[in-house]
Amino acid sequence: MKPPPFAYAAPDTVEEAVGLLTEHADAEPRVLAGGQSLIPLMNFRLAKPGYLVDLRNVAGLSGIRREGDVLVIGAMTRMAEVERSPEVAVAAPLVTEAVGLVAHVPVRNSGTVGGSLAHADPAAELPAVALALDADLVAAGPGGTRVIPAAAFFTGPYSTALAADEILTEIRLPVWPGGHAFTEFSRVHANFAVVAVAALVELDGDGDGDRIRRAALALAGVAPTPVRATAAERALAGAPADAATIRAAADAAATSLSPAGDLHASPETRRGLARTYLRRGIELAVARARNER
Amino acid sequence: MAPDTRTISLTVNGQPHVAQVEPRRLLVDFLREDLGLPGTHIGCEHGVCGTCTVLLNGASIRSCITLAVQADGASIDTVEGLAQGGELHPLQDEFSEKQGLQCGFCTPGMLMRAREILAENPDPSPGQVREAIASNLCRCTGYQFITEAVISAAARMRASKEGVAP
Repeated sequence: MKPPPFAYAAPDTVEEAVGLLTEHADAEPRVLAGGQSLIPLMNFRLAKPGYLVDLRNVAGLSGIRREGDVLVIGAMTRMAEVERSPEVAVAAPLVTEAVGLVAHVPVRNSGTVGGSLAHADPAAELPAVALALDADLVAAGPGGTRVIPAAAFFTGPYSTALAADEILTEIRLPVWPGGHAFTEFSRVHANFAVVAVAALVELDGDGDGDRIRRAALALAGVAPTPVRATAAERALAGAPADAATIRAAADAAATSLSPAGDLHASPETRRGLARTYLRRGIELAVARARNER
Repeated sequence: MAPDTRTISLTVNGQPHVAQVEPRRLLVDFLREDLGLPGTHIGCEHGVCGTCTVLLNGASIRSCITLAVQADGASIDTVEGLAQGGELHPLQDEFSEKQGLQCGFCTPGMLMRAREILAENPDPSPGQVREAIASNLCRCTGYQFITEAVISAAARMRASKEGVAP
């Protein structure tokens, strides 16, 4: 129940950090952000990296800023800071709502946004948020930086498009002009979600104004990665924002899922939860979009 | 071969320390074994139970899933720092008074989490306390007495801050 021995460095720059990952590739190095997922895995010896590159001293990786219609969150920004940020609450209230559901305060005081995304737990909240918002994830590697769209970032359970010598540096979240909702079912408050839903709805500004212009829906806990409910998004676009439409879209989305069963929930239970939480999420996002106008 | 070690400097309960640690040394083991402060308990060792909760620069953290090297340069507060000059902290006093502990295993973590809760909100409702201490598991008390102790301590701490005898 203690981590096995490893070599350790806490470099000052992203370039040095990337250099260490390259140089120590044989030791199967891992990047240490807040450690709230990695260190438990190391305590259990499910992860045995021979080298840890701690990003705590790297300047410029932490912080929140607005660039026009994009909210930029540095990868090392602690969840607690995101949760309290008035700027995030205005520009990306979906993030604020989701981050409040990530574990408990003591974990959010250490845990980082980039760490959660790079860890890529299929039941985690922030990957679903990134996917729903079509976020761009910025990675630094030996050849410089590149932008990875969220839709291409999550490749499997605990697997991402990041190369072994790349470091996630920031996440860029487009501002969504409408309503949002993050809803989830967990067995115990603050446990990992069995099923989680990120819902975004924009209403039509013209005419009677109660039609859905577009929707973005992402689910966690129902597949090896977070997934978009694209069929439901298409069904909602241009449709009236009423209970029957929302119910039909949620039903269709849930039916098309093939979740795995585990000790937390059977496939049928997960599908049923997805239906219910999609419906609730869309309804809440619609109600909030109405209040926005 | 001697294991690779790092030098860390940190403040624990107001006392500065400089120490050599292996990078794999968990903060909780550093506090207990290296500094001789066994008040912080080790429970689940994967960040779930909360008995290892300490404050890092005033914010609660799980010291069983934090490496000692991650606390380099930080200020740490443990349960040993609560009582001052032989006087129990109002939280400790009220935990004793209201029977906010039975076996005592969760108590160090509960006290440190309660301290953070009251630093952020000196006058929480019982509901707010219950929600906030959900981060820490207790298998004896059913949480009711812990909530009562935190509420009582909050009132005493507000009174003493206003210059009124608690």
